This record gives sequence, C-alpha cells and structure tokens, in this order.
Amino acid sequence: MTDIPLSNKRPRFFLAANPSVLVFLALLGLFTLGVTLLSEGAGTGALSTSFVKTLGKTLCLCLVAIAMDLVWGYCGILSLGHFAFFGIGGYAIGMWLMYARTELIVMESLTSATLPPTSQEVSDAIASQIFGVVGASELPSIWVFAHSLPLQLLAVIIVPGLLALVFGWLAFRSRVTGVYLSILTQAMTLALSLYLFQNDSGLRGNNGLSGLQNLPGLDDMPQSIISVWFFWASALALALGYLLANWVISGKFGNVIRGIRDDEARVRFLGYSVEGYKLFIFTLTAVIAGIAGALYYPQAGIINPAEIAPIASIYLAVWVAIGGRGRLYGAVIGAAFVSLVSSWFTGGQAPDVNLGFYTIKWVDWWTVLLGLSFVLVTLFAPKGIGGLFDLLFHRHLIDRHGADLGPDQGSKREEETGQ
Amino acid sequence: MARLMKAALLLLALSVAPFIAAAQEPSSIQQVLQEHRDAIEKSSRRTIGPAIDAIAASGLPQAPEVLRRWQEKELWQREADGLFFYAEEAGEDPAGEDLLRLFDLDQVSEVDVVPEDDMAQLKPNSGIRNMIGAALVRFQLSDPDPQVRLSGLDSISRDPEASHLTALRAAIVDEEDTSIRARKERLVRLLEVRFGEDTATRVAAIRSFAGDLGVDVRGALNPLVTTELGAAKVLPEDVAREIRPGKDTLSAEDAYTLLVRADLAPPLIDRAEQKSALEANIDNGMVGGVAIAELDTNAARDQAYANLAQAGIVDAVATESDLDDALAAHVFFERYTLDEPEIISAALDTLRSIDRTVSLNQFFDLVLDALSLGSIYFLAAIGLAITFGVMGVINMAHGEFIMMGAYTGYVVQQFIPDYTLSIIVALPLAFAVTFAAGVAMERLVIRWLYHRPLETLLATFGISIALQQLAKNIFGTQARPLTAPDWLGGALSFNDVVSISYIRIAIFVLALIFLGLFLLVMNRTRLGLEVRAVTQNPRMAASMGINPDRINMLTFGLGSGIAGIAGVAIGLYAKVTSELGADYIVQSFMTVVVGGVGNIWGTLLGAGLIGFLQKSIEWFNPSNTLAAQTYMILFIILFIQFRPKGIIALKGRAAEA
Amino acid sequence: MTTLLEVSGVSKTFDGFKAINNLSFQIGERELRAVIGPNGAGKTTFMDIVTGKTRPDEGRIVYGDKGASLLKMSESRIAQAGIGRKFQRPTVFEDQTVFDNLMMALKNKRGPIAALLYRLDQRDREKVAALAESIGLRASLPRPAGELSHGQKQWLEIGMLLAQEPKLLLVDEPAAGMTPAEREHTTDLLKEAAKTRAVVVVEHDMEFVRRLDCKVTVLHEGSVLAEGSLDHVTKNQDVIDVYLGR
Repeated sequence: MTDIPLSNKRPRFFLAANPSVLVFLALLGLFTLGVTLLSEGAGTGALSTSFVKTLGKTLCLCLVAIAMDLVWGYCGILSLGHFAFFGIGGYAIGMWLMYARTELIVMESLTSATLPPTSQEVSDAIASQIFGVVGASELPSIWVFAHSLPLQLLAVIIVPGLLALVFGWLAFRSRVTGVYLSILTQAMTLALSLYLFQNDSGLRGNNGLSGLQNLPGLDDMPQSIISVWFFWASALALALGYLLANWVISGKFGNVIRGIRDDEARVRFLGYSVEGYKLFIFTLTAVIAGIAGALYYPQAGIINPAEIAPIASIYLAVWVAIGGRGRLYGAVIGAAFVSLVSSWFTGGQAPDVNLGFYTIKWVDWWTVLLGLSFVLVTLFAPKGIGGLFDLLFHRHLIDRHGADLGPDQGSKREEETGQ
Repeated sequence: MARLMKAALLLLALSVAPFIAAAQEPSSIQQVLQEHRDAIEKSSRRTIGPAIDAIAASGLPQAPEVLRRWQEKELWQREADGLFFYAEEAGEDPAGEDLLRLFDLDQVSEVDVVPEDDMAQLKPNSGIRNMIGAALVRFQLSDPDPQVRLSGLDSISRDPEASHLTALRAAIVDEEDTSIRARKERLVRLLEVRFGEDTATRVAAIRSFAGDLGVDVRGALNPLVTTELGAAKVLPEDVAREIRPGKDTLSAEDAYTLLVRADLAPPLIDRAEQKSALEANIDNGMVGGVAIAELDTNAARDQAYANLAQAGIVDAVATESDLDDALAAHVFFERYTLDEPEIISAALDTLRSIDRTVSLNQFFDLVLDALSLGSIYFLAAIGLAITFGVMGVINMAHGEFIMMGAYTGYVVQQFIPDYTLSIIVALPLAFAVTFAAGVAMERLVIRWLYHRPLETLLATFGISIALQQLAKNIFGTQARPLTAPDWLGGALSFNDVVSISYIRIAIFVLALIFLGLFLLVMNRTRLGLEVRAVTQNPRMAASMGINPDRINMLTFGLGSGIAGIAGVAIGLYAKVTSELGADYIVQSFMTVVVGGVGNIWGTLLGAGLIGFLQKSIEWFNPSNTLAAQTYMILFIILFIQFRPKGIIALKGRAAEA
Repeated sequence: MTTLLEVSGVSKTFDGFKAINNLSFQIGERELRAVIGPNGAGKTTFMDIVTGKTRPDEGRIVYGDKGASLLKMSESRIAQAGIGRKFQRPTVFEDQTVFDNLMMALKNKRGPIAALLYRLDQRDREKVAALAESIGLRASLPRPAGELSHGQKQWLEIGMLLAQEPKLLLVDEPAAGMTPAEREHTTDLLKEAAKTRAVVVVEHDMEFVRRLDCKVTVLHEGSVLAEGSLDHVTKNQDVIDVYLGR
C-alpha cells in the first residue's frame, strides 16, 4: 500500500504511482464496454433497458459511496447527511428537466392558438402544469433559474456544497465530533426531508419531481439509447470521482485526514487546523454526492422527499461498511453489491424458501436479513468485503492487543488495519 | 350599584306577580280559561297577555300542558257552549264527516267524539305562540327538577329569543341552586346584549362581559361589530378602518370588483377574456390594426383592444393595466353595519378585553400543550438518557423498543378485553419484553463494541431495520389500535379555551413517575451506585468487586425496559405502527443531546425546551406541523453550536478531556 | 537572554478545584527547564494552557519577540507559532508509516489546499532521513508506527516535535516506561534540542532531572514553589515539606 519513501524512484506521475487505480479504471472501462455491447440501445439487447438503467444507477451509488468513504473511512466523520446532498443534486437537475420539458409541451400547445402567447401566459401555463398537483399556480422563487441548464448544473454543485459548507462550519467550529456529529447530520437530513414534504416548499411536496427520464427535446430518442448515454456519463463520473478521491487521499492531505480520523487532537498540536480540513473534505464530498445524485435521478425518473429521509444516509454508511471502509474500492464494491442484491431480493426475483410451516418471501424478509447481516459484518468482519482482498494479498494486522489505532471515535479498529 | 338594585327589584316584582294571582285558587283549568274566554277567542297579541298570565299563574298542574297544546294548535273550543277541549282526529263518520275525539282539560280523559264542524280550533298567531312559549319557559325554568331547569337554560342559549328575557328574569329570584342561579343570571345578561330594552341596558350587559371567555359571549358580541367593505373617492368619517388594497386582507382584484359594484369604475376585462375578444375579431391577419404576430405582449394586446373599442366593435372596458390607476384614485374602508355607536364601542371594548384574556389563556393552553408534548419526548428519551446519557451507548434501535412496547400493549388487549386491566397488565409486560430484548442485544452485540460508538450506531441501526421489518411481517403495515380505558378518555377543561385531555395528563404523570424512579434508582440504590462507578471508571469498579458486565447488562436492560413502558403510553395516544419508534428516535436523541448528556435534569429541560419550541412554532403557523418540526430541528442545530455540551454541561476535567 | 514565553498571573479552576493558582513563569529563547512537582501540582494543566487546550480563567501569556498573546489563538495557531508538545503517553499516527508521521510534522504550510498540492521534494526527503537517523528509526521508516515499541514511539514523537522546528518544546514525562539506555538517549536528544530552542520538561523522576542538569521549577498547588538549580531547590524547606509531607 505505502510506497518505499526513501528510494527516490517514486514515479512522478500519479497514475503510475497508484497501480490499483489503473486496475480499477481498466475494470470499469471493460464493464462499460460490456454493458454497452449487451444493451438494447447499442448492441445485442441481452440486457434490458431497465437493467442498464439499474446498472447506471448503481454506478452513481458507487460514486456517492466513494464520497462517504472519503468523509467517514478516511476522515472519521460518520456523516448521516450525504444522501441528502445526493438528493439535492437530483432535485437541482430535476428542476431543469421538468421545467424544460413542460416548457416545450406548453409552447407546442400554445403555438396552435390563434394569438402568439405572451411571456406571462407561458410561465403561468408552465407553473400550473408543474404545480397543479399541490394547488399552486405560480412558479416559486427557487425555480427562477430552472429555465437554464448551465445554471441548474451549477446548482448541482453549489447548493450541496454551500449547505455542507455552512453546516460543516457551524458544526466543526463548535467541535462537535463523533456520534454527536452523526446525530446532528441526521437531524439536518430529517429537517431537509420534512421541509421538502411540505406542499409549499416549492418542490411539489411529497409528489416530488417526476418524468425526469425524458430529456427535453429528445422525445424521439428511445429510452434504450438514453439509458446507455447515462450509463456512460455515470461511468465517466465514477472514474473521475475515483481518480479525484485517490489523488486526495494519496498525498499529504490524505495523511492529515487519516491523522484526524485516528487522533484529532494530535493533528491539532502539529499545527494543522483540523476544522479547515474537515470542512474541506465535508464540502468536497457533498459536491461529489450532489453530482452523483444529478446523474442518478434522471435514470430513476422520479425524485421525492422520501429518498432523502435519514434512513437513506444510514444505508449509505452501511454500504461503505459492508464494502470495507477506508479503502475506495471497498466503498464501490459495497455499494454495488448491496444495492444490486437488494434490488434482486426486493424485486421479487429471489425464489421463496418454503420451510413447510412457513414460506419465506424475500420481499418481506430481505430487510431483516440485511439488518442482521449488517450486525454480523460490524461484529465479525470490520474490514467488510474488502477484507477478502487482504486475505488474497496476505496482508497482516498490526498487533495492538485489541486496542484501536487512535483515541477518536472514528479511528480505525485493530481488525481494520492491514499493511 | 343602584342600577343593579333597581333591576333586582324589578325582577322581584315580575316574579311575585303571578303568585299573588294564584292565591285566589281557581278550582279547574277550564274555569280559568272560561274567565278569559273573550281574550282567548279574540286571539289578539295586544289583549291575550292577561289570559296567558292567568293560566300560568293558576298554580294548577295542568297549566303547562294546556299552554303547550294551545301553542301547538291542539286546543279546540266547542261552539255550542264555549268549553275548551283537547282534540285529536277520530276518522270519519259514515256520512264522510271528519270526527274529533275530545278530551277533558282537567282529567285528560276522553269525553266525546263529535263532528269537526261543531268545534273551532284555536289558532294562535306566531306572536301569541311566542308569548305562550315564554310562559312555558317560565314553567321549565321553575321546575322542581334541576335537570329540567338546566335543559331549559340550554335550549334558551341554543336559540335565544327576546321573549325569554322576561321569563328568565322571573325565574331567578326563587332559584335555590347557586350554580343554576349563576347560569340564569349570566344568560339574562347575554340576552340583554341582544334584546335589552334600551341602549343603556344593552351597554351595561355588554360591558359586564369584559374578560369573559365564553364562546357564547363572543358569539353574541361579534355580530354587533360586523363590518362591510366600502369604496369611495374620499374617506367618509364613520369608517371602522381604512384598507389598502393589495395589502391587508383585500386583494387588488377584489378591491376593483368593489369599485365596479359601487359604479365607481368600469368593469374589468381579464387577460383571458381580452384574448378571446381579440381572437374573435381577427381580420385578415390583423386585430384592430395590429398584426397577429406582434400580439405577444400585454401592451400590444391592450393597444389592439383599445383600437377595437374605438371602432365600436367591442365594449370599452378597463384592462388590467387600468386597475392600478383606478385603485389609486379611490379609498377603501370597512364600516360597521350596526348604527349604534355606543353599543359598538362597548362591544369593541369588551371584545378587546376578551381578546386579552383569550390570548392569556391561549398562552396557558400552549404551555399545557407544550408540557404534554415535552413529557412525551421525555418519556421517549428517558430510556435513552440511561443507555446513551449514562452508559454512552448509542442505540438506534431504541425507537424499535418503544414500538415493541406499544405492540405488547396491543397484543395484551387481544387477550384481555377489559381496557383498564389490559393496560395494568401491559405496562409490566412491556417492560419485561423490552428488558429482555435490551439484555439480549447488550450481550450479543453492544458489549463487543464499547468505545466504538460509531460502529454501535451502525450495528444497532441494523437491528433497528430488522426489528421494524419483523414487526411489519408479523402485524402488517396498517396501524393497530391500542385503546385507552374510558376513564382516560375526555379532557379536563378549565374554560372554553384551556383544556387538556386526560391521556396527556396521564403521560405527564407517567413522565414524572419515571423521573422520580430514575433519580431513586441512580442516587439511592446499590445498582445506581454501581452503575455510576462502572461508567466513570470500569477498571476501578471491577477491582472493587463490581462486575461491570452484569452492571452494563442490567443498565441497558433498564433503559430498554423503560422504552417499552413509554411505548405503551405513546401507543395509547398515537396509533401503533412499525414506524412508531422511528418517528421519535431523532427527537429523542435531540432531547438528550440538547439537555446535556449524562444528566437527567438536562434531559427534562431538553424535552421541555423541544416541546415548547415545537408548540410555539406551531402556534405561529398552526396549519403546518411539518414546518414546525423543520424549524425546530434547525433551531436545535443552531443551539448545539452555542452550547455544544447541552443545557446542563458536565464541568470539570472529565468534560475537557 | 531574551524571554520567549512569559506566563503571568494565570489561574484555572475546575469545579471549584484550583488547578492553577496565580502562576507566573518565564523561559528564555534557548533554555532547558525542568518542571517538577507532586501529583496534582498543575503540571499538565500548565501545558494544556500554554498549548491552548485549556483556556485559563485569568492571566496573561505572552510569547515571542512580538509579544503575541496566546490566549486568543487556537491550538493549531499556537503550534504554527512554534510551540510543540509531547504528550505523556506516546501519541503517533499508528496507522501511518514512520516516514509519513515525520513528513506530516515537517515545517511546511499547514492549510488544506497547501496539503493537497504538496509534493514531496528532495529537501524534505533528506530532512526526514536526518531526523530518523537522529532518533534511531532510520531503518523503520517504511514501517507503520503502530508496530513500533513503546520507547520507539516516544522517540518518534520527539522526532515529530523536532520536525516541526518549534521555538518552544513542551515535553510531558518523556522517560516514562523507558529502559535506562533509552533514558540516556532521550536525555541527549533533549539537551541537544535545547541548544537551538527552549525546552520545558515535566518529569517525576529526579534522577532524570538531575541528568538534564538545568534550572528547575517546582510547582505546588498550581503555583511556583521554588525555582533554581536542582541542588538549590532540593534544599528548600518548602519543597522538602511538600515532597516528604509535613
């Protein structure tokens, strides 16, 4: 894992210095190629369009899991708010998708009218189309940029980033750490989802935004093609996110945040402003989560406040823990594995188990299984699935006689080490 | 005072009069009727008074019945001898004549069946019927049975009439029951507000209600100060207040409609009508001389419409652009519909004083609401105050323990139909069930993760989702009822504004009991001492012969068990679903964190603070409890910025480390 | 000799317990000083206050040529200003290699962006190597710090302190749990360090203090009881009373 520091042969180039990144990118590339060739839109059609979408969504979940791993696995902050940032990204792009498509429909219907429409009539018609369900007919002020794709794309980055910046600044400044910070982030998520559940939140209350799978102006393009495009975009985003995350953790910055995870006070006495680092990583990962969400929801087609509920963010932590925290590929594996298995079980594909006196329907029992397996992973396999790789490469534990690697709540456990 | 004396004397005189008359002792009701036969036959409002009074004052037991039948047109007079009878239809005789069966007034026994033609029905007009009614009311109000008197009062307050006033006044003097008497006096004043003989009486009555919380008072006073909207070029002098359209409560559109109705402005054509008018007049790609393609702005459309109007093709009407000018040129105001300034000002004064009292009482009501919400949060959080606050174990499945408690209550009710008994059984059973669950969880999961709170959080979350799904699989997704016994139904109401349901009081009491129990266990028992020793220094405690494993297990079990009992209480007040606990978990943690971890008084304060906060926010925006929760959480997040260790922070070196 | 750190009239109360009571203390720019005192004398709290971990209730702390007050500075600002601290128990980043531990401590820009863009150059590499040499961990550079022995961790921490190039070094019981040979090495390290900067050593062990051969400050109940050479203070009747009990 670590380079030999005193040999001056350390490669100049980042990629060459981190061969594991190359392996990951190569695998991702192969996977993308494979899916493309098997898709309905661009290849043999062995994979259904909905399955391509599921895979594309899974890539987005992998990306947000990477963000979670950065903030929790590497910096020790168990944030229960990153799925909220994910949702905000989805809402930001969803606003444009919905507005632009409604605008096209409205314009089409109005051109057939005898008089050319005034701008007021157009915006009124759009507003009543979008907000009829919540009984409003005026465009709320947060939709003021919804007509512009560049501005809403900017919002995908800025809104989660800004929220994370403000929240993080408040929380880190007053030295809220450990479980308190987790509870606080969970409260933030709850507040956000409750706010969005209101009809007058300006985002259609619990109806959420829908029809996001239709790209404005591309009605003729079949979903089978669009799904492949989004798959590519998701794969590209995951690749870039993986590269970025790896770059962040492999330099001195990475050393510092791992130091913060294990022993925050010590880092502070070295002269590093712990709050600044935490704020940086919290905000950066919030932005990554926002981008992942912006790619996810057009594939899902609908976003509503339930997606942002605190439980989603806890699931995110669960994925990372099952994959193995503190290693980026672990987060990817965890997110992909759990979410795919989850949709296999809950999708009704898993065969029922007949015990004679009782038939286990997985749709009902999957959550129980997941919850219990999660307890088992936490207790017996803290390295998660990533630990299998350690077995493969014969990495050994640091023997600490059962002690953790640092005094802080987010620090690594002895069982998690591997050199 | 003098006025009061006078009123009392008047009442005395009025009520005594009939009984003086009664002293002459008429032998039968028929005799009384016969004495006033002329007046009864004449049936005129002006002359009938003495007749009704005489019947009422006769002191005969049949009097009310006669009056009632008379009022309901069941009293007939035999034309031959002028005697009065009750009558009912008795079919027809062979000749096809309608027959009536006659009953004697005094004996109420059948005396004859006669052809209808021989009889004359007494048909009192509505004025007389009211007078009879008033006389009847007097009977009701003086009835020896207090229940009858009360129901008489109820019916008057439900549907007050001017005639009741006299009857009521008459019925006060010999009222012996003080509470009924107070009600009667109050009702008199209430009737005087509306039906008082002169302005002075009415004003006095109105003013006497200052600060009265009764809904009936406001119901009587509000119609006196109703206003209507008006518009004019200059403000008249007698307005209640001026209104600015667009602001206040009057929208610009409504204000303009007002102008149109007062013929102060031409009718308005809205954009849609204007559009269809323009569309109807397209002429060769042009409308009113403007090309269709250019009609995509409001200004261009107004111009085209004006052109059409000039050409006489459409009516000249105002467009929306004229609206602002018209509104600016006029004033809008509210004017009282009633034209009695003294009464209005008295009513306004009284209403103001009532409003003050109402807001004061609403504040008390808010405090009660907040206390009861706070005690629910406290109840939900007190278990956490033990597991999280004292032991430092973060248990995300705490909410599910609450849920388990509630379902235990539900299951018990399936076997024990008596609600009181079932609750008495359910409380300890819920404790036992969740105690066992807590101990099992501590043994199997949590003890391996002490000092790893983040992992504990995630592992217990795993248990939480498993338990929730399990509950769904067993009990289904629909809400299950946990019914409170009857004696917990209803509410304790202090007046028309302040009330609190008994179940909330019970929860409050339960919260207090738990607080006392907690303090007792922690400060006065061996277990509490050992718990404190183990949480402060487990190794030292172990060397003193305390088994930390056992203590941790028991403490965790205790915290979980209390969650179970809280579950029963919460289940009584909310529906039991698998998400019951999840709804409370974040708030519970907030309560503990806001209060200051490791201090039960802090938890109490935290629960109180959160309860008050949520209720206060709801008070400002009552329609939106979601918003209240949102803002409350935001407030808590900010609060923690300034007091990261909660309201009651642990001090000393331990806290700084 | 100019004064580097001047603490005057500092007090700190925990729940009614006066940990530091009107303490005044000075140290010059290149000076080795030992601070001794019985348990609860306020030695560790004194260090906490200087490094910004604990805020005093009253008093002044002035540091450096410009006379900056430390009271308003955060821990990290104080560390950046050149005050390094070694804790009682060795605290190194056990998940990271000895090299990374030292590299992080090297005096460089401390901001997040600077850390993100930081590139390890030849100069820093050599500095780390030299430091590792001086603390005897040259061969252990690629090993994770968690694998080091207790004494090695103590040295690594001292090495990290030196890498910060502080002007003032606060060392809390550096010799605890060391073998005699390791103690000697530690003494040498501290004496060497004091040639270029101020070093304050808090220690229980009189033998160790004697070997340091420097001015000694005796703390008792949160204030200075005596100050001077070790021989001088050990003859002081107050000190004898405090240590032996009256």
